[in-house]
Amino acid sequence: MVRTRYAPDRGLQARMGLTMFLLGLVFVALVTALVFVLLAFKVGAGAIIFFAVILGGVLTFGSLFWSDKIALRASGAQEVSPAEAPQLHGVVDRLCALADMPKPRVAIARTDMPNAFATGRNSKNAVLCVTTGLMRRLDEKELEGVIAHEMSHVAHKDVVVMTVASFVGIIAALLVRFAFYGELFGGGGRGRGGNNNNGGALPILLIVMAIGVVVYAISFLLIRLLSRYRELAADRAGALLTGQPSALASALTKVSGAMSAIPTRDLRQAQALNAFYFAPALKSDTVSLSTIFSTHPSLERRLRQLSEISAQLGR
Amino acid sequence: MGFLDTLLGRTKPVQPNLDALFSLPTAAVTLQASMGFTPTGNGSVCFRVAEGRAFHDIEAEVRQLLAMGPDAGPVEVTGDSYGFTWLVSRHKSDDVESLVTDLHAVNTSLAEGGFGPQLLCTLVGFTDSSGRKLGIIYLYKRGTFYPFAPLNGEHRDNALELEVRGNLGADLKTEPDLTRWFPVWGAPGL
Repeated sequence: MVRTRYAPDRGLQARMGLTMFLLGLVFVALVTALVFVLLAFKVGAGAIIFFAVILGGVLTFGSLFWSDKIALRASGAQEVSPAEAPQLHGVVDRLCALADMPKPRVAIARTDMPNAFATGRNSKNAVLCVTTGLMRRLDEKELEGVIAHEMSHVAHKDVVVMTVASFVGIIAALLVRFAFYGELFGGGGRGRGGNNNNGGALPILLIVMAIGVVVYAISFLLIRLLSRYRELAADRAGALLTGQPSALASALTKVSGAMSAIPTRDLRQAQALNAFYFAPALKSDTVSLSTIFSTHPSLERRLRQLSEISAQLGR
Repeated sequence: MGFLDTLLGRTKPVQPNLDALFSLPTAAVTLQASMGFTPTGNGSVCFRVAEGRAFHDIEAEVRQLLAMGPDAGPVEVTGDSYGFTWLVSRHKSDDVESLVTDLHAVNTSLAEGGFGPQLLCTLVGFTDSSGRKLGIIYLYKRGTFYPFAPLNGEHRDNALELEVRGNLGADLKTEPDLTRWFPVWGAPGL
């Protein structure tokens, strides 16, 4: 009985696993291609690849290690004590006790955009942030649903998973950029004494750049796909934690409705943080292509899953 | 959570630990002997209502069960401002055992119905001759107890709480992580 009611979504897990496997495959392919290029030409490009990997690693590690501080700074949120926001802390306390999780720090961002995010490299350094706009629009049950969703992100270590996943893309993007500047100022690998007599038709940096572009494009799509699956998983875990999938669904419809009404100047400022947010602050187009570039699943998809969970709980 | 759970983004709902509740009567004796706190005879179970018929059926069943017992006191059901439900059971102040049995019956019914993860905490009220209030709170998911001593105006008597922890350490498994001692202001049964 327990099993059927809180059953995990095997299909979602399989798709998520496959996405991560493909990302790993892209990474391996990237490394193989680069090693191959280096061996084939024996010259140049080595330094560029080396720097791209080192800088990519530093960037990834940095954004992971300081994710809580970066996100708080970028959103202008401020940490609040239990005395300042007793109701909010009370909700978080109770959810932590239900889920047997350490309590994250709680922050409030003073903006009318209704949103929430959770970040931090592990549950001990996690910060949970809600905006004043969210608290104003949602009632207690809905707010609890949103916070449960964010705490599931913390429990699933989504910041770590997504940062590590984006490592491939970061390296590829850096490679493209470095190779481009190398081509511009250094003249590529062709001129080195003319010793690559058979493959000399293509400058080595152009090949590296092409590899970078292809890998970046593929990994970009895979990361977005992974992000959408993680959102669905957090929706699911959050709804099961509170036992109130419909409250979360109602919060989603309210937030999505309000999202489209916000002026564009605010939206542009919000862009950088989108992946960590509860609902993206950008208007979603009705064009079907836009869904594969999006960090969050469509509202319909999320509502469908929540109503399935609701049916499961009532059985 | 294991590595694979993290990787696949799945959470197993935490099942409650129910049996530790039965160490409460011994602790009540210790509390009376060492600090002069006597049980008020009131206790409550706090849980999160899940939506759907299944949960409401079980909830109704639990209320009937409590009302039918041989030495049943009145059962009250109250909601708090966080959307949690409290079932309050009232007994004579010297009868902690029946109180604990009642509370345990609520837990088992919910857990057997498949809603164990919905249980938040259980609370047993104590008071001393000078009128100070104290709640011993059991966290189902941790399997640990902690004291909660409210003062007027949403303040808590931390000194008293720590003193209680010191006295109860041998009888109860107290929660070592102080950040998990969350306040339950105005909890029914306190």
